[in-house]
Amino acid sequence: MKKLYLAMVIAAIMLVLSACSNEGSATESSDSSGESAAPGEGSEKVGFIFVGTKDDYGYNQAAYDGSVAVEEAFPDMEILRSENVPETAEAERVMEEMIRNGAKVIFPTSYGHLEPAMNVAERHPDVAFFHQGGLKNAENLGTYFGNIWQAAYLSGVAAGSVSESGNLGYVVSFPIPQVLLNVNAFTLGAQSVNPDATTTVAFTGSWCDPGQQASSVNSLAEQGVDVISQHQDCTKTVIETADRLDIKSVGYHADASTLAPETWVTGAIWNWGDLFVDMTTTAIEGNFKGSEYDGIYRGGLSEGVVELAPFGNQVPDDVKTLVEEEKAAIESGEFHPFAGPIKSQNGDVKIEEGVTPTTDELEAVDYFVEGVIGNISE
Amino acid sequence: MIIEVLTGAIIAGTSVLYATTGELISERAGVINLGTEGSMVSGAMAAFAATAWSGSPWIGLAFGAIAGLLISLIHAFLVIDRKANQLATGLTIMFFGLGLSAFFGRSLVDKQINGFESIDIPLLSQIPFVGRILFTHDVLTYLSYLLVPAVWFFLFRTKWGIILRGAGENEQVVYAYGKSPKLVRYLAVMAGGLLAGVGGAQLSTAFTHTWIEGMTQGRGIIAVALVIFASWLPFRAMLGAYLFGGAYALQLALQGRGVDISQFLLFMLPYVLTLVAMFIVERKQRNMMPLGLKDVFEGGGN
Repeated sequence: MKKLYLAMVIAAIMLVLSACSNEGSATESSDSSGESAAPGEGSEKVGFIFVGTKDDYGYNQAAYDGSVAVEEAFPDMEILRSENVPETAEAERVMEEMIRNGAKVIFPTSYGHLEPAMNVAERHPDVAFFHQGGLKNAENLGTYFGNIWQAAYLSGVAAGSVSESGNLGYVVSFPIPQVLLNVNAFTLGAQSVNPDATTTVAFTGSWCDPGQQASSVNSLAEQGVDVISQHQDCTKTVIETADRLDIKSVGYHADASTLAPETWVTGAIWNWGDLFVDMTTTAIEGNFKGSEYDGIYRGGLSEGVVELAPFGNQVPDDVKTLVEEEKAAIESGEFHPFAGPIKSQNGDVKIEEGVTPTTDELEAVDYFVEGVIGNISE
Repeated sequence: MIIEVLTGAIIAGTSVLYATTGELISERAGVINLGTEGSMVSGAMAAFAATAWSGSPWIGLAFGAIAGLLISLIHAFLVIDRKANQLATGLTIMFFGLGLSAFFGRSLVDKQINGFESIDIPLLSQIPFVGRILFTHDVLTYLSYLLVPAVWFFLFRTKWGIILRGAGENEQVVYAYGKSPKLVRYLAVMAGGLLAGVGGAQLSTAFTHTWIEGMTQGRGIIAVALVIFASWLPFRAMLGAYLFGGAYALQLALQGRGVDISQFLLFMLPYVLTLVAMFIVERKQRNMMPLGLKDVFEGGGN
C-alpha cells in the first residue's frame, strides 16, 4: 500500500505544482560589457511570455492582443512570443532565450512571472522589462496594471439594470484584493440602480477549472441568480453555461460577446495595445528610466487601459445610455465609485463619508461591501 | 438545498464515475493505471475536437473513447509485455497524455461546440425530489446509471467476469478456462482507458462544452483513489464518485448561503473527504484487494 500512496502523493504534488523546479539554472552571469545603453534602447525585437494560451477569451488573450498591437505599430520589429510559460524557473529560461535572440524589451505578462523576471533583469541591466500586475520593481523592470474595477463598476450598473431578481452572482478564484475589489465595485454599481441588489460569490479555488466553473454557474442558478459575472482567467465556460441556462453573463479580461450574443450583457476588459506600444516606444528610444513606466504604473478608463466590452443584443438603450453617462463621470473624475461612505458586509464603515480612497488603499482591500453574500476567510 | 447538492453531486461526479469504473476493471485484472488521468484528458480533447469538426457529440464520444483506449494501450504494453513498474509507468503516461492533448488541442480552445445538452426525461423527471436529482441530466449521465450495474453483472455474474478477476487474483483460473492472462489484462486495461476517455468526453462535451489544456485537473488521479475507497466494488465506486462530486456541490452551496467557514477548507473538501474515506476503509481493504495488485503495492514492482 505504501508504494501506492507514495506514488499518488507524488502524482498529486506534481499535478498541482506542475513544476516547482529548483532555483534558476544558473545561467551565464551577466557579461554587462561596460555600462552602455539604457534598458531596451535600440531593441529590434520584443519578447512576450504568457502563462496560458492566446485564445482563452480571458487574461492571456487580452495580453496577446496587446502584443499584436505592438507588432502592427512596429512593422520592422520582430515579435517573440511564448505561450503556456509556467510561473517557475522555466520562465527564466524562456526569457534568457529571448534575450540571447536579441530581444531587449520583455513583457512577462503573468503575476507569477515577476520573481523569474526580477532574476533575469538583474543579470541583464541593458534589457527593459514590463511586468503585468506586480507590486515590485527594479532598476530596469517596471510593472503596469489597470484599474479594471472601474469597468467592473460599470458592468455592475448594467447588470443591476437588466437583472429582474436583483440577485447577481460572481464566479471568482481566491479571496485576494484584486478579486475583492472587482466584486465590491460590481456590487456598488448594481446598487446604484437597485439599492437592494445583492451579489452571491462562488469561489472556485482555481483560475481556470471549467468543471468547477460549470458547477458554480449551476449552483448560482439554483440560488435564483439571473446575472453572473466572473473573475477567472479563462471565461468561456461560465458564459456558455449561463447561456444554456438562459442566465445573463458579464465577461472579464476580453470581449467574449460573440459566444452568447443574446445573454451577454457587457464585460470589464483590458485594452493593452496602446499602453504596450507606448511602453515599447519609451524603451527603445532609451527613455525607460525616469519615464512613468519605470516604477509601478496604473492606468484606468481615462487612460484607455481598461474598457467596457460591447453590449449584448438584449441590453436596452436606456441602460446603455445610463452606463455611458456613468463612464463619462468616472473618466472626468467627477465621480468615484468608492467615495465614502462605504460599509463592509457586517455594517462597519470602511471608508468614511467625504473620503476618496487612493489606488494603493483600494488595492489593499480585505473586505466585501454590504450586499455581497460570501465569506473571506481570515 | 439538499436537492441542489445531490443534483450537483451527479453533475460534477459523472466524469469521475466513468474514469473510476474504468480503473476498477483494470485493477480487477491486476493492473493499476495512474495513466487514467492521461486517458481522461486525451479523451476530453479528442471528443471536443471531433465534436467541433463533425458537429455531432456522438462522433466526438467515439473519438474520445478511442483516444482514451490508445493511451491506455501504451500503458498495457509497457507493464504487461515489457514488465515495467506499473506506478512509474502510469505517472509517465499521465504526463504524456497531458502534454499530448495540450499540443493537439492548441487550436481548439476558442471553438464553440454543440455538445450533449441536458434532457429532462419525461415523467421520470416529474417524480418529486428524486426526479429532479436523477433525471435532468445529459445522456452520458443516464448511460452511466446503466454502466455501473452492467459492470457489476459482468464481473460477478458472467464467465468472462470470473476470468477477468482471475487475471488479477489467480492466473490458474484463467488457464483453466483456456485463456491467456496476458490477453485478459490487455483487454481490461483497454476497457479502463476507453471508459476514462468517455469520462473525459463527458467533461468536455456534456458538462462544460469547453476544451482547455489540463482541464481534468486531477480527476483521473481521484478516480484511482476512489477505486481503493470502493474496495474494487462497482456500486461503491459510484457512491465514491458522487461523494466527490457532492463535496464540490456542497462547498458551493455553503458559500452561496454565506456560511462562515474558510473557503480554503471548502476547496479541500472533495480531497479531504476522499482521503478520510480511504483511511476509514483501508484496513478492510487489504483483504478485498486483488492478489495480483499486492505485488505491485508491496514490493514485486511490476
